[in-house]
Order: sequence, then C-alpha cells, then structure tokens
Amino acid sequence: MIPAAFEYARASSVEEAAKLLSKYGEDAKVLAGGHSLIPLMRLRLAQPTAIVDINGLKDLDNIKEDGHKLRIGALTRHVTIQNSSVIKEKLPLLAEVAGEVGDNQVRNMGTMGGVIAHADAAGDYPTLALMLDADIVTNQRTIPAREFFKDLFTTSLGPDEIITEVVFPVANGPHKYVKFRRRLFDWAIVGVAAQKINGDWRIGLTNVGPTPVRATAVEEAMHKGAKPEEAAQHASDGLDPAGDLRASPEYKKHLARVLTKRAINQAEGRQ
Amino acid sequence: MAVTQLVGAKIHRREDPRLITGHGHYIDDFTRQGAAYAAFVRSPFAHARIKSIDMTDASKAPGVAGVYTARDFKGQLAGTHPAAPAFVAEKKYIPERFPIAEKEVCYQGEIVAVVLADTKGQAADAANLIQVDYEELPAVMDTEKAMAKGSPLVHQGAADNISWDLTYTGPEVTEAAFQEADVVVKEHILQNRLAPVPMEPRGVLAEYETYDKKLTIWMSSQNPHFIRLFVSGAMGLKESQVRVISPDVGGGFGSKISPYPEDYLVPALSRLAERPVKWIETRTESLQNATHGRGQYYDVEVAAKKDGTLLGMRMTQFLDVGAYCGTFTAFQACTCLMAGGAYKWKGISARTIGILTNRVPTDPYRGAGRPEATHLVERMVDLVALELKMDPVEIRRKNFIQPTEFPFTQNFGLVIDSGDYDKALDRALELVGYKELRKKQADLRKQGRYLGIGISTWIELCGFGPSAATAPATGGIALVESAQVRVTPTGSVIVYTGTHSHGQGHETTFSQIVADQLGVPYESVELRHGDTSEGTAFGYGTYGSRSLAVGGVAISMAATKVIDKGKKLAAHMLEAAEEDVVFDHGSFHVKGSPDKAKAFGEVAFASYGMNLPEGMEQGLEAVAYFDPPNLVWPFGTHIAVVEVDAETGNAKLEKYIAVDDCGNIINPMIVDGQIHGGAVQGIAQALYEEVVYDEDTGQLKTGTMIDYLLPGIGEIPPLSLDHTVTPSPTNSLGVKGIGEAGTIAASAAVINAICDALSPLGIKHVDMPATPDKLWHMMKGASK
Repeated sequence: MIPAAFEYARASSVEEAAKLLSKYGEDAKVLAGGHSLIPLMRLRLAQPTAIVDINGLKDLDNIKEDGHKLRIGALTRHVTIQNSSVIKEKLPLLAEVAGEVGDNQVRNMGTMGGVIAHADAAGDYPTLALMLDADIVTNQRTIPAREFFKDLFTTSLGPDEIITEVVFPVANGPHKYVKFRRRLFDWAIVGVAAQKINGDWRIGLTNVGPTPVRATAVEEAMHKGAKPEEAAQHASDGLDPAGDLRASPEYKKHLARVLTKRAINQAEGRQ
Repeated sequence: MAVTQLVGAKIHRREDPRLITGHGHYIDDFTRQGAAYAAFVRSPFAHARIKSIDMTDASKAPGVAGVYTARDFKGQLAGTHPAAPAFVAEKKYIPERFPIAEKEVCYQGEIVAVVLADTKGQAADAANLIQVDYEELPAVMDTEKAMAKGSPLVHQGAADNISWDLTYTGPEVTEAAFQEADVVVKEHILQNRLAPVPMEPRGVLAEYETYDKKLTIWMSSQNPHFIRLFVSGAMGLKESQVRVISPDVGGGFGSKISPYPEDYLVPALSRLAERPVKWIETRTESLQNATHGRGQYYDVEVAAKKDGTLLGMRMTQFLDVGAYCGTFTAFQACTCLMAGGAYKWKGISARTIGILTNRVPTDPYRGAGRPEATHLVERMVDLVALELKMDPVEIRRKNFIQPTEFPFTQNFGLVIDSGDYDKALDRALELVGYKELRKKQADLRKQGRYLGIGISTWIELCGFGPSAATAPATGGIALVESAQVRVTPTGSVIVYTGTHSHGQGHETTFSQIVADQLGVPYESVELRHGDTSEGTAFGYGTYGSRSLAVGGVAISMAATKVIDKGKKLAAHMLEAAEEDVVFDHGSFHVKGSPDKAKAFGEVAFASYGMNLPEGMEQGLEAVAYFDPPNLVWPFGTHIAVVEVDAETGNAKLEKYIAVDDCGNIINPMIVDGQIHGGAVQGIAQALYEEVVYDEDTGQLKTGTMIDYLLPGIGEIPPLSLDHTVTPSPTNSLGVKGIGEAGTIAASAAVINAICDALSPLGIKHVDMPATPDKLWHMMKGASK
C-alpha cells in the first residue's frame, strides 16, 4: 500500500507539463484527480517513474459554451459538471452521468480529462464522448472520440500529449443514463446512455468490451420506427464482453438489452 | 440492584466524541523512538515448495536493518499455532504451523521472509527485492474433491486432507422420526466464505528491552491476555515479563481473537534486532490473511408430518478449515448443536467434517456457527412449509418451544434458559404489516413482479461461558470473566474488566451499571481495559457476545463486594449494627432512620483513614470472577421484504424488521447499534460478500475493496427495530448477549424472502450471495 519511489513535478502551464513529460519519458504519468492513478500506484500495479501534477492549471478547469458546442476543460471536476447550469441546460445527460460517478470524494477530485485519458472500460464519460461524436483536444491536435479509444486503458495519446479539453455537441432532447451496479459508488457492471439528437437516437454502452461501444444497430432500428423493446434486442449485436466477478459475459449481454430498453423508455418519460 | 436511573437509559456513548473526531488511539497512532518497520514477503502461490530465497539485493537496499527467514526465528520461537482441542473431540489432524514458512507454503499470503527498515517505504521497497524461487504444487481448493481418496494434499506428506470428522449423533437418533414422516425435504446449503474487513486492520508494535528482558506489545486485539499467554510461551518468557496493550480497536468481528504469525514475529524481531519493531497490516494483507469466516456447506434433510409438525433432522457440516487449523476454527462446529433452532424435534443427527484446503484458515466471524445454524434451520423450515403449502408463520408457531417449557433441554443436552418466541414473532409481523404484505405480494405477482417476505425466528447461545463447558474446550482455561472495582479516596471509581471493547461501547455500558450500583455520578466512573498490566491477573477478551453477560456481571459482583465492605465501615462510623445498615442511591443509612447516613464518598474517604473497625484493612476495592452457571439464550424475529427484478435478477431489499430479545437492556441505543451493524453484516452475506479464490490456481480474486463487495449505506434501507424483554435467569443482571444477534438472524431472512419471491417459478433454494447474475440465470432456467 506504499507506492514505489517516483519523481514529482508540478506544472504551471500546459507547455511546461508537456516538457516535463518529454523529460521524464514514457514512464511518466499525469496526475489530475488521482482517483484511478493513486490506488494503482499504492498497489504497485502502476509504478510511474515521475508524476506531472497538472492540478495548478486553473485554465483547464472551466466549461465554455461555443455555439452548438460545449468545451469542457480537462481539469473540470465531476462535481462541477454535475452542478453546472450550462451543462444542465445544454447537455443534461452529461450532468446526470457526472452525478453518478463514484462517491462524493471521487466527484470532488476526479476530472473529465482524467477519465477520458485513463480509458477504463467501465468509465462513463468515454461512452458519452463516443456516442455524441465528441472531440478530444490535446496540446498537439484534435482527436475525434471514435479514433481515440484503442483498447483497454489504451488511447491514441502520445507520451507527451495532454488533453486540454473535451468538446461535446449541445443536446438537450430526451436522454437517460442507466448505470447498473451493485453499490451506489461502484463502477458500472453495464451502463447504457440514450440521447435523442435531431429526431434520432444515439445509444452508447459502458463496460461491455475493452472500449466504449456505440449501439448502431439499435440506433438504426429506432430510426426505422421499431419499438424500444424490439430495437433494444440489437444492443448486444457483435458484443463479446469479458466476464468478471460481478457478471458473466452472457449476463452482460442480457443487461445491455434490458438497460437499452429502459434507457430509451425512461428518456421518453416511461418506466 | 438499587432502583435504577442509568441502566436502561438511552445515553450517548462516551467513547464516541473521541472516536468520531479522530482523537481515538488506534494501533497506528503508537510508535517508539527508533522503531524499525517490518514488511513481510508473502507467498504468491496457494501451494508451493520454497526452493531458495535470495536476499542479497534486499539486504543492501537503503535503510534496511535486517532481512530474515524462517531459520532466523528457530531459536526465537517455539511450539506450533494453538488450536483449541476440545470443541471437536475427535481431532484427527492438526497440521504443525510455525509463524513463517521454511520449506512449503500452503496458502497465498503465507509469510516466507521479512525485512526491517528505518521507514515503511524502505521496508516495502526492499521486500520487493527478495527473490524467492518456488516450485508450484497442486492447490487443493475444492472441499468435496479434497475429501476424495487420491486427492492432492494440502500439506505434503500428510495422510489426507481431513482435519476432523465427528459424529455428534448418528442416524439411529432420527430413525423413528423419519419412519413416521409424511414428508422429507432435502437441501444442499452453502455458506459463502467471508472476509471480516474490520475498519481498522491489524497491527503490532513490539519493544523488547534487552537488559530488563521485558516485552511490551501494542496491538489491535480483542483478546490481549490470551495473546500474552501465547506469545510469552512461544518466546520462552514468563507471562509477567510480557505486557500486551490493546488500545482503541476499530472492529474485529472475531478476526482479532486468535494469535497470528505477525503477533509472534514482530516481538521476536524486536528481540533479534534489539530495537522496537512496528508493522501495520495493509488492506490487501487484511483481506488475504485475516482469518475468514463461514466457508461451509451442508447436506441436510428434514422429516415432518403433514400437519407441519417437525420430527427429525439429519445434517452434515462440511467446513473449509483452510490451510491450518485456527485457534477456534473447530468452534464453528457448534452449528451442529444449534441446528434445531427455536423448535422441538424428536431427533437430530449431526456430523461435522473439517476439511483442509490451500486457503487462509477460517476462524470465528461474528456469530461463528450460529448464523450457519439459523440459516440452515430457517431455510429448512421454509422448505417444509413450501412442500406442505403452509404459511411460514404457522409452521414456526406450531413447532416453537413454548414459554412454559423453559428451561428447555434441547436435543444436544444444552439447556435453553428462557424464551418467548411467539411474542417476538407477533411484534415483527405487526411491524411489517404481514397480512397486507401478502395481499400486495399476490397483486404484484399478477403483474409479473416478484416480491418476497422472509422470516427468520432465530435463537442463539452466547455468553461464553461456564467453566465446566469451556475449560475442557480451550485446554484448561475457563472462559469466565474477571473484574476489579477500585474506589479512590475521593470517591471516584476505576473499573477494570478482562473483556475488551472493539466497538461495543463498554466504557458507557459498564459505567452505567457501576454508577447505578454504587450511586455515584456516571462521570466519576472510569472503565479501563486492554492492558494486561492493569486490573486483574487474567482477562478473557471479547467475543461470543460475552462481555455484558459474563464481564458485566463480574463487574456488578465486584461492586457488590465494595458495597459490602462499605456497609461494615459505615456501620462503624454510624455506631450501628452492620445488619441495620442499608445502602441505597449512594448512601449508607440506618434502617428506618434515613437521616442517620454516610454518603458513599464519605465512606470511601474514611476507608483510607485511621478509624477503621477492628481487623479491617484500609482501602475500598474488590476483585470478582464470574463463572456463569449456564450460557444465555437471546432470540427474536427478523423479517426481510425483497423484490427481485424480473428482468435483471437484482434483489432489492425493500424493508427490514428486527425484533430482538436480549433480556434486560442496559443501553437501548447501544443495543440498536449492535443490531444495525449485525443485521447489515448478515444482509451483506446474503446479497454481496464472498471471498473468491481461483479454483485452479488458488489466487485470491477478492483482494481489494473494489472486488470484495462490502455494501454501503446506499444499499441498506432503514431498519425498523423493536425489542421484547425476557430477562435471563442465568445472571443477576438478567442480560443476554446482543453483539452477534443481527448477523445470526439476517442471512436467513433475506434468502427466505428471495426464495419466497421466486417460488412461483418453482425456485426453492438460492445460495449466497444472491447476486443478480446468479438469480437471472436461475430465473431463466426455471421459466424454460
């Protein structure tokens, strides 16, 4: 429960953070909220040689409206997103999801950029980013979400690349995130997000594979006028989830279908 | 006892202001000048031969003061791990256990080496540099397969994997019952292995003073005097040379009763290194190495008449001992003796088999044997009711031991001291609104929804215990209890008890008793415990819901001795005959003349003076030992209401009612707290918790709090509690234990509710934990 020794540096700008990352090399890690990184370090499952602390980069902790887009700074905490009046109005699904991340301590510390960069299969924001075609902006480039999540805990970020903001579209139509878990503060066993945009449904699935999944077969079925319970049957099309202590692959696929139906129904105000 | 004011009062726990503001003194709050930190190297394999250990790099690492393996402790520690011999009479095989493995490791987490360093971090770093070359051996993980002839062995060179096999009562005892039966129901019932997860993990700080040959051990223990006994013996010291201090303890649930390898190794390291040594368990070490609970399965069949009369039970307990026999592992066989529950039976046939596996040892965990018994009998009674289409309430009423039948000698000769089982059941049914709920259940079923009502009419034996029963079981030391009451010259009172709180609120409860009895202000009573160099010569610790029913009574007896001496002195001061002096509300007065009185404080002050009666020694203090004539027998009814989601299989606890009877209540708030915590642990066993090892490799899969599912406040609905009061005739306070009651009752209530919910699908039995995935699979299978 004691991390291996590491160097620590606190960056005062994104440029400095990038420089520090280049200096320390591949085994350096960015520290934002730390709620995933520090437990891994305590268990010595992660042994970074250096930590670049970006908590001082206050200009990454903000939410900006930009026409039909919302620009969420990478260091924006879950609690800020959860309570933001702009997000509640322009992308209420994101505020709802933020309120379901972990517990109070996690929400007070954890950040948008941290969740996206960590790319845990059970992370909630990656699902939203993928299904809503968000853009992930770094100090070097803009990466569409569909090109960002490569594998379990693996993204297209380079070693000295730092996420600065995540850009979501405005969407305030019917929406719901159904997060199935054993305990209030747990990760999702399976999560399903539903969002109606311009008359069409976007459906995203959490923790049914190494990366988030967009349930395009369900979206298409809904587009063609299927009932939610019929369309939801396609939620598990092509899925091959790994089993774990909480759920077998078969059960995860079943949950994907059931929760998809529930998410669409609940988004439309039905039970 | 005098007319009471404090006993029965719902007063706040006096320990809480310090504990909840971070001003408690837990083991990690202690240190000694110059202490070295220990880090243990543990086996990553469930079963392996140690070929070699290379400590070269570790010994050169920064801050390292020493690296040690089994060989270094051979001259320091003697003997094998203590295993109480007589809880199970027919002991077959207790594997030898040295605190550190030399040639063979038998569970994942067994210690193979230890590093001492100047800081915790240096110790952890250096421990990672120790290279152990292992040859992996087959891991024995399945209790059923472990019993088979030709199974791989848990310990190389052993004859087999059976630790014990004892038949308490053979099938002949139930032959008549089964012949007479109209129905026989059978079930295979699992008791999932549980991790105790105390909020505070274990820890040991030891300082051996080389020149004085004195050893002081600070540790988080429920049982400091027993630790002194065992560690002094192993280290070749006299008990008087060893002082064990167990400060505030943040929970134990049974896992801090028995000694652990580290409890020997840390003191031995202090003697070896000639400096204080400290070790604090990590959470992963705790999940991996603290003794687990339960880990059993049962084959059981019950014979009954078609009118619901229970006749006979045949049960076999298969208990996963783990890799070594724990100090009180075999105590869990008491499930057999308690299998009859609150009911009358013509006969019960009971057998227990202890099976060794390559897992960490099991030992008592909150309830220890009695939750298993309740779960077993309450499940079986429901199965009989289902078979006979009877209401589960009616079958219970029909078979209860009746209030007029106490003291009742049950099938194994244990004498149940008192009870009124219908009364608690009635109250619980009233609180839950049973009739309306059954209607609601029927309505919901029509909508395809699965609501279930589960009843658990539990009983318990606790308050260990009478010397005649316990001394043979431990190998000689009776589990009675001691107390010392000391009155200072200014009339304040210091009470020493041999029990030790690990969250029970003894400082409050015991002070309430003494303040009332001596008629002194509650604030002037100080309770002290947990230090073997204070108070009586020997204390017996806290477990088995014994502290009040045994320790509290001993305190009351010592207080009575103080009053008796006070009366003699007051009579002398009042120039009255001793038999004419009455003590009431803190005042000694002459019978019939309340004005002719001496206050308790005046008498206390006088007792340290010069004008004493002929032959009386100075001072006002007394020691008492209480050897209870019987165990105590609390009981109650818990009812769980659960809805199982038809689509996801998620079982949601909607309502939970607990009506408990622990005899007279000293502090209702503390009793409610115990029921809350206990019931939640039982609910957790039913729905969430399970220690999972990989069945092939023996790797622990639930080594973090992410994987080991401890429910939080979000998962538990508000509990509705009430009490009935049936005083125990066994002790002068009329009290029974309550620390384990909630856990004993709860798992059966929850699982009975789930089975009731799913009965329309033909599902009769569900094993714990009832996870959504498991229930969904069962429901899917059933509806095909």
